Amino acid sequence: MLFGVFPAFSQNDVEAGAKVFRTCKSCHSIGPDAANRTGPHLNDLFGRAAGSIEDFKYSKDMMRAANGGLVWDIEHIDMFIEKPKSLIFKTRMAFRGVKDPVDRANLMAFLRQFSDDPSNIPEAEPTMAAVDPDVHPLILAIEGDKEYGAYLSGECTTCHRVDGEDDGIPSIVGWDVEDFVTALHAYKNGHRLHQVMEMTAKRLSEEEIASLAVYFSEL
Amino acid sequence: MKINRRGFIGSGIAAAAVLSSPMVMASGRPRVVVIGGGAGGATAARYLAKDSKGAIDVVLIEPTRTYYTCFFSNLYIGGVRDFTSIGHTYGKLASEYGINVVHDWATGVDKEAKTVSLAGGASISYDSLVISPGIDFVEGSVAGWDLTSQNAMPHAYKAGSQTQLLKAQIEAMPTGGTFAMVAPPNPYRCPPGPYERVSMVAHLLKNINPTAKILIVDPKEKFSKQGLFEEGWSKHYAGMIERVGPDFGGANVEVRPDSMEVVIDGDVEKVDVCNVIPAQKAGIIAELAGVTNDSGWAPVTAHDMKSKMDDNIYVLGDASAQGDMPKSGFSANSQAKVCSMAIRGALTGSKVFPAKFANTCWSLIDTNDGVKVGAAYEATDEKIAKTSGFVSKTGEDDAMRKQNYEESVGWYEGITADMFG
Repeated sequence: MLFGVFPAFSQNDVEAGAKVFRTCKSCHSIGPDAANRTGPHLNDLFGRAAGSIEDFKYSKDMMRAANGGLVWDIEHIDMFIEKPKSLIFKTRMAFRGVKDPVDRANLMAFLRQFSDDPSNIPEAEPTMAAVDPDVHPLILAIEGDKEYGAYLSGECTTCHRVDGEDDGIPSIVGWDVEDFVTALHAYKNGHRLHQVMEMTAKRLSEEEIASLAVYFSEL
Repeated sequence: MKINRRGFIGSGIAAAAVLSSPMVMASGRPRVVVIGGGAGGATAARYLAKDSKGAIDVVLIEPTRTYYTCFFSNLYIGGVRDFTSIGHTYGKLASEYGINVVHDWATGVDKEAKTVSLAGGASISYDSLVISPGIDFVEGSVAGWDLTSQNAMPHAYKAGSQTQLLKAQIEAMPTGGTFAMVAPPNPYRCPPGPYERVSMVAHLLKNINPTAKILIVDPKEKFSKQGLFEEGWSKHYAGMIERVGPDFGGANVEVRPDSMEVVIDGDVEKVDVCNVIPAQKAGIIAELAGVTNDSGWAPVTAHDMKSKMDDNIYVLGDASAQGDMPKSGFSANSQAKVCSMAIRGALTGSKVFPAKFANTCWSLIDTNDGVKVGAAYEATDEKIAKTSGFVSKTGEDDAMRKQNYEESVGWYEGITADMFG
């Protein structure tokens, strides 16, 4: 993912971001008096290792991502805000996400004020248009072949159980097709980190991912 | 193809057996006979039955009623898992998938008549035959050792009573005694297996006999995940483990089971427990079926695991010579799915997709210190070829190692459900 695809922060409006933050406020606090509430506090969020606030009880999936090396840089914050489940499937953050990329950019401009050294926020090209940082709608629109998915699923079921048990390895049964496609593309693109899953996803074509998604959604 | 004398005589015996013993008749449905109920065979049988939805008559021949997985048997030795947790039965394959599970030894294959003969006297005809017998040992590969010595010096490289015996011997070692392992030459089942075993033996000894020593006699220059194991050994078991490689005579070894001695390059070492893991070859039935070559393994086509010696026979897992995949349960399971799809396609006309293979091997070095190595593979006309891979790194933090271990436990549950239903 190129940093260039993010909207220019210079154009972004911290005040507009503060308004977007209202939707976050019921669970998250930020600023001098910030404390952990339903969600962890968001001071020094940029560059923070995921799952690293002590005394905060994170979800099992968040801790898996954290152990895999997830760091909250701009790309991952953006992905997570857009659609929390696409990055951390069973996150406790029960929030549908912020679809509009400009709203997200504004929100991040607001959040960055409370991080000491957000050096990983690039100076963006002012003319760069905002694009969906995640899976392109055309990819999401690919129709999977269930029979092909059934064959391909053999590679998944060596580890993931079809009965939905998720001890040690997450369940992938009964996911929404879009969530499944988004998650596998996140591994394919290296946004989500896991040695086995990155290797597996990288050699799956877009059609193959769609086929697996259809197959597992109906299990 | 070379027709050897043994093959000829074998087929004659099998043909005679057809006349004189009860024969399971084909019923109109094509029949696939699978020899061996491990990671390759059980998976192949289950996928053939499940995906053909009854259109294929699947017969699984496996001598043991309870199958103990080789993978995770080291964790039993280390005291991390109990023995019953690595045992599996075939009830579900019979009741839920309609597989005809025959508990008997396959003793011969008549390729002309397309029949498998069993030790119990029966003969079973097939349209396609899957041979997935795992490994047998190369006679004479470790001087002084043969199968009659396996009580004094267990191999424990086929899981079950041998594994229990080895653990019991380690537990009974005198204080400060020596555990020796004669490691196998390449290629062999589960490349990191001997070294995970050393880790688990060290783990056990650290708890019950901390002054004991471990001596590895190894004919290989290098071994799988070497950097990771050596880092872990010095971290968790400092001063306990010594390895003698080929540069110090590790390839020139003789064992004396009667006096519990290991002779390394002429030097006699008295030991208390000796785990001999001999050189390996395909399980004997593959040889009897005439599908192995001079290497001792069974060459197969990468696209479908079909034997290069016979068009109606497929060979899976450890026994096959397929190219780049390591001999592992994960590999066998992966190959079984490609193979069962190809067989279904050939027998019932179902769709055949391009072969895809994968492998991951987790190893446990100490409690919550798990590492892994894995790779993806594709079929070429020449062999199964590696396309990409990964391996754990030295110096990883504890959280990641703990997650690797937890993941391996999840994988164990996953693959055994994939094999046995």
